[in-house]
Amino acid sequence: MTPTASADAMPSLKDDSMLRQKELIGSYYKRLADAPKTNTKTVATFVPGNLTELISCFGTVPILPEINALQSGMRKLSGNYIAEAERQGHSEDVCTYVKCDIGMSEAGNIGPTGEKLPNPDLLLLSYTGCFTFMKWFELLRERYGCPSTMLHVPYQGRGEITPEMKRYVVEQLERVVIPDLEKLSGARFDIDLLREKLALSAKAEDDLVYVWESAKNRPSPIDGYFGGVYYIGPIFTAFRGSQEGCDYYAMLRREIEERVREKRGPMTPEGEMTTEKFRLVVEGPPNWTSFREFWKMFTDEGAVVVASTYTKVGGLYDRGFRHDPKDPLGSLAEYCMGCYTNLSLPERVKFIAKYVEDYQADGFLINSVKSCASFSAGQLPILREVERLTGRTGGFIESDLVDPRYFSAANIKNRIESYLQMVEQKRTACVNVAGVGA
Amino acid sequence: MKTYLGIDLGSTTSKAVILDEKGEILGKGITNSRSNYEMASSVARTEAYVNAKFTLFRRALPTGVGAEQLAEDLEQSFRLEQYLAQLRLLERFAGEALDGTRYALVRAEAKPRLAGVFQQMRDESSTLFRRASRRKSDFFRDLAGSSFQHIAEKLADPQTANFSMMLSLFDKAILKVENEPVELGFDANIDAALERVLAGAPAGSREIWRDAAQTARSTVIEEVRGVGTGYGRARLPFPKDRIRSEILCHGLGAHAMFPNTKTVLDIGGQDTKAIQVDPEGIVTSFQMNDRCAAGCGRYLGYIADEMNLGLHELGPLAQTSKRTVRISSTCTVFAGAELRDRLTLGEKREDILAGLHRAIILRAMSLLARSGGIEDEFTFTGGVANNPAAVDALKLLVKENYGERKLNISPGSIYTGALGAALFARRDAIAAELQTAQEAAA
Repeated sequence: MTPTASADAMPSLKDDSMLRQKELIGSYYKRLADAPKTNTKTVATFVPGNLTELISCFGTVPILPEINALQSGMRKLSGNYIAEAERQGHSEDVCTYVKCDIGMSEAGNIGPTGEKLPNPDLLLLSYTGCFTFMKWFELLRERYGCPSTMLHVPYQGRGEITPEMKRYVVEQLERVVIPDLEKLSGARFDIDLLREKLALSAKAEDDLVYVWESAKNRPSPIDGYFGGVYYIGPIFTAFRGSQEGCDYYAMLRREIEERVREKRGPMTPEGEMTTEKFRLVVEGPPNWTSFREFWKMFTDEGAVVVASTYTKVGGLYDRGFRHDPKDPLGSLAEYCMGCYTNLSLPERVKFIAKYVEDYQADGFLINSVKSCASFSAGQLPILREVERLTGRTGGFIESDLVDPRYFSAANIKNRIESYLQMVEQKRTACVNVAGVGA
Repeated sequence: MKTYLGIDLGSTTSKAVILDEKGEILGKGITNSRSNYEMASSVARTEAYVNAKFTLFRRALPTGVGAEQLAEDLEQSFRLEQYLAQLRLLERFAGEALDGTRYALVRAEAKPRLAGVFQQMRDESSTLFRRASRRKSDFFRDLAGSSFQHIAEKLADPQTANFSMMLSLFDKAILKVENEPVELGFDANIDAALERVLAGAPAGSREIWRDAAQTARSTVIEEVRGVGTGYGRARLPFPKDRIRSEILCHGLGAHAMFPNTKTVLDIGGQDTKAIQVDPEGIVTSFQMNDRCAAGCGRYLGYIADEMNLGLHELGPLAQTSKRTVRISSTCTVFAGAELRDRLTLGEKREDILAGLHRAIILRAMSLLARSGGIEDEFTFTGGVANNPAAVDALKLLVKENYGERKLNISPGSIYTGALGAALFARRDAIAAELQTAQEAAA
């Protein structure tokens, strides 16, 4: 554990794996910044359904606009970027990731390491469950004047992936995506190289699943939401299918195994949590502009998040999915269709309810994102249904991804405290107080 | 005697409730919230203790001596003492403000005028505190402000001590009064209050009064435990486990007032809460407005300012409407624009107001729906529950959307949160006693 300087007043405490994670992400941004010099082609793509192994087979590097946006949010730059996009005519209600990305581009595309990021050479839309992604890339295609490729990913409307759905995606990979990547890079597709990368992915995925499931211990050695954000960093960005990524997850696993053995709670920016008063499941992404403040609202109350859905938007590994070297394109197709954001409402209900049961959570909380209509739609019915299925109390808060105007600290703190007191009250035997006169 | 204290530090008012051992309300106190939450908390608490002492006074009076009227007279006399104590402070601070360098040229002329204003304020103060007198407010700021304003208007001189200068002195002084500890407690003021009332009382009854006052004074009120709630709760001198969210306190308070309550709507100064409670008063679900205070009490306050009306006048005026104007926006920032726009279109004030009240309730209906709907019985709390036009709109919309529901509104609804906090204090104290007893037995 080492203190590092942060945007907030007090230095935040980090585990060694967090420092390594920071190094990895830094090296990724360095590779991106150096791309023009090294004549490396870049491919913009999104986290859900990302085809990192395939992209890297061609020596190309992914640019992830959502990651750039959340990094800008954490570095308190997103407010100005969003204002810039609004000056260009984007309305207040448009997805704030989109506006942040557009504003960042307008401001010179300076990445988190302070270096200019290159323009994408190709836009690869490999997940269509978010309609905004498609419109976002339309804007970027206009802005950068680069080619685009679209992989249409069928929605899991009936809660399953059929052989026809899988074949449909594999055919698009073979007929559209791979030829476009070959054209961009000038390199031939090497399926054996892809198999090697997928084997590394599967190993990292095994270790990551161990980390997620370690939260079944009491106390949980990890925070599966706020801390989880650090854990997903490498596998959500450019390191799936790489040796570096594989090594990172092996290191993380060892760190967590030690925590489990020593019965230690999770590391937070304020120090190690020593009291686990509430075990929660959280649905929805965190707020990035006040990330540390948001996290502290939980730790101050002794609440640890034992499982979250947000950390699964880049892959449902803890439900058994693994990238498979024996079925390279087939498993990539399943991966794209299996992201959390591609699940139907009944599937999301089952998923959250199972987390509540499996992780013996005291309750679950939904952080509804104001500017993401497609993901936020249906969250209240989800809440009711999960409450009905589990008998555990649900809570509801509202904020946003990277628009600081949508984070009202007093209101959110009030709701979190009220919710946790409600959970506590339900747990405690009550003395009957009825009958005081009006 | 053992008591339990609940304090609710709201954005507009701060309230305190004291319960006795049986869980009955012994005293209630309220003050306007100010920049200094510690002071507001202290004043509300003192007021609740004064009120508790009056409850003890009433209980100590023998039956059949016109106990209620006696107590009412004494309480009014006591309020007058409190008012005069604060007025002395106000005069001192206004005088100090006048000593400031910016008034050097007019000070000599202004001083006697200012003294004259305060003399007249003292002279007319007794009329404010008579049996069954109707005051627009019980807060010193409002009472003294209104009195100062109409007297200063008469005594001001355009050349030397003009009206706006007088008001400026008042504004400076009132802020200091509200942040200065002043002895408003029972023991400090009861003797003077009692003597004033006894001067006009038949000689034979004086001992009854004195005995009852002595009983109230000598009863030691032991505060076993206190729980705080409301937006200023973090500023209360209570440990973390004695601070509760106002959502839980409103749920429990509403349940205590009306034990069959299943749904609670609370519209306060800056937030609206829709709460569902179980048969024990435990909150099972809630929704509240996010980020923006559209449609809350503050919105009505803003509209009242725009229309140059008192807050309490809005509801009755809206009730005279024959044709409700359809207004969908409850944005507090746009309220003024919306209002002027409608007036320009020739709409009547009462019709616009009726529309604004309906719009507020429509927003509350959305929160209610999202929290799980409206079950029987339904209890409405918070300052807006005192507004008759808001209540009318609520009744209508509830009937349209959910059918017949029994709507409970307590005259003491503003104390719901503080009552819930006091109940938590009592509950926690009993649980702690039980635990201690169990540990001792083990």
